Amino acid sequence: MRIKKPALVVTFATAAEAMKMEKYCLARNLPGRLIPTPQEISAGCGLAWKAPEDARERLVSAMTEGKIHWEDARVLTI
Amino acid sequence: MIYLDNAATTLHKPPQVIEAVVEAMQTLGNAARGAHENSLQASRMIYDTRCALARLFGFSHPERVIFTANATESLNLALNGLFQPGDHVITTDLEHNSVLRPLYRLEDLGMISLDFVPADRMGNPDYSAFEDLIRPNTRAIVTTHASNLTGNLVDLARVSAIAKFHGLLLVVDASQTAGSIPISMEDLGIDLLCFTGHKGLMGPQGTGGLCVSPGVTLRPWKVGGSGVHSYSRTQPEDYPTCLEAGTLNGHGIAGLSAAVDFLLETGVEAIARREQELTLRFYRGVKDIPGVTVYGDFSQPQRAAIVALNLENEDSGQVADALMEDFGIAVRSGAHCAPRMHQALGTQNQGAVRFSFSLFTTEAEIDAAVAALAQLAEN
Repeated sequence: MRIKKPALVVTFATAAEAMKMEKYCLARNLPGRLIPTPQEISAGCGLAWKAPEDARERLVSAMTEGKIHWEDARVLTI
Repeated sequence: MIYLDNAATTLHKPPQVIEAVVEAMQTLGNAARGAHENSLQASRMIYDTRCALARLFGFSHPERVIFTANATESLNLALNGLFQPGDHVITTDLEHNSVLRPLYRLEDLGMISLDFVPADRMGNPDYSAFEDLIRPNTRAIVTTHASNLTGNLVDLARVSAIAKFHGLLLVVDASQTAGSIPISMEDLGIDLLCFTGHKGLMGPQGTGGLCVSPGVTLRPWKVGGSGVHSYSRTQPEDYPTCLEAGTLNGHGIAGLSAAVDFLLETGVEAIARREQELTLRFYRGVKDIPGVTVYGDFSQPQRAAIVALNLENEDSGQVADALMEDFGIAVRSGAHCAPRMHQALGTQNQGAVRFSFSLFTTEAEIDAAVAALAQLAEN
């Protein structure tokens, strides 16, 4: 498997919200990409946004500005 | 990219399916909504598709082939339309949420009581439990034909014999087998067959259906425009109109029609053999990779084209992500909308990585996926 590193993982209640995040971030060159939601957060599937761990402040600010509803944002080693 | 997520939807469709959708969008009117040539062409195509599906499923009543948007809609129509207050229903641990959630909702509403045939660690149902669970008020057995997680087939002949002996209806979810495994409704004694158009049938998304045997009555869940009896306050009672209010997805059904013609011409038995070869090639390639655990019963003579596995204790989502990012291989991970199957297998926290194949998957793609998994395991 890949070498695991700490990363910021942001989760959403719906795929639609995850899509909104991706569209918003891509349009503004914000870091990250969509991944399957890690089981450590939820076994119930879904999409999460994975970004460098130091991007938290920038992304939370962007999500607030973009009215993107997120459930959880934490650093995981994945 | 190597696409191995055909259990979610088939990516590679016969080209005539796509051509049929394009042509339909350029030529067809709204079926059963007029007598001009564009509307009649749509009506003819839809009727021909009912006939083709009836033939594919060994069903003598094309007028009782009902079109829906997908298997979930078919199952909701069947399950919400079939039961009366006080009915008892038997289903299995192998089911997808498209069976579980409608049944749970009916149970929560106090409409039905519900029991589950348990699955063992190989993912097979305990066939003796079907009879053990029968009560005086049992109305139906609802079962998948194949698990969307393990690919294990349910022995429908065996379940049907139990149902018929006890005077129960048999409702089958054929989402993972329609078009891939031969099904004869009348030979198997299936009363309600629910299917989707976009997986093994290789049609467009947004298509699916339900075959309703004569003698089975369903309450419609939607009523509205029918194209006939417009001055009646109620939905017409004749099939198929009673269960198809509103405009059908004519463009999608045109694609489905081309797909079913392709399947009938190719032969579902031939497709089943080919998919079995591919599945076994993958299974044999991965089963001995150190750290890999494969789920399901590979002693079955016939299975759906699915292999689910895990790599040690790795998050199944991370394995799937690595397969996509590092090797360009598309698979599905997680819970697969099959919570009870995961509980039966002991994988509810880890999920599983599911590889699923189609008629158009190649040996080279299978071998590349095996090599990728071996490399991940080695690392």
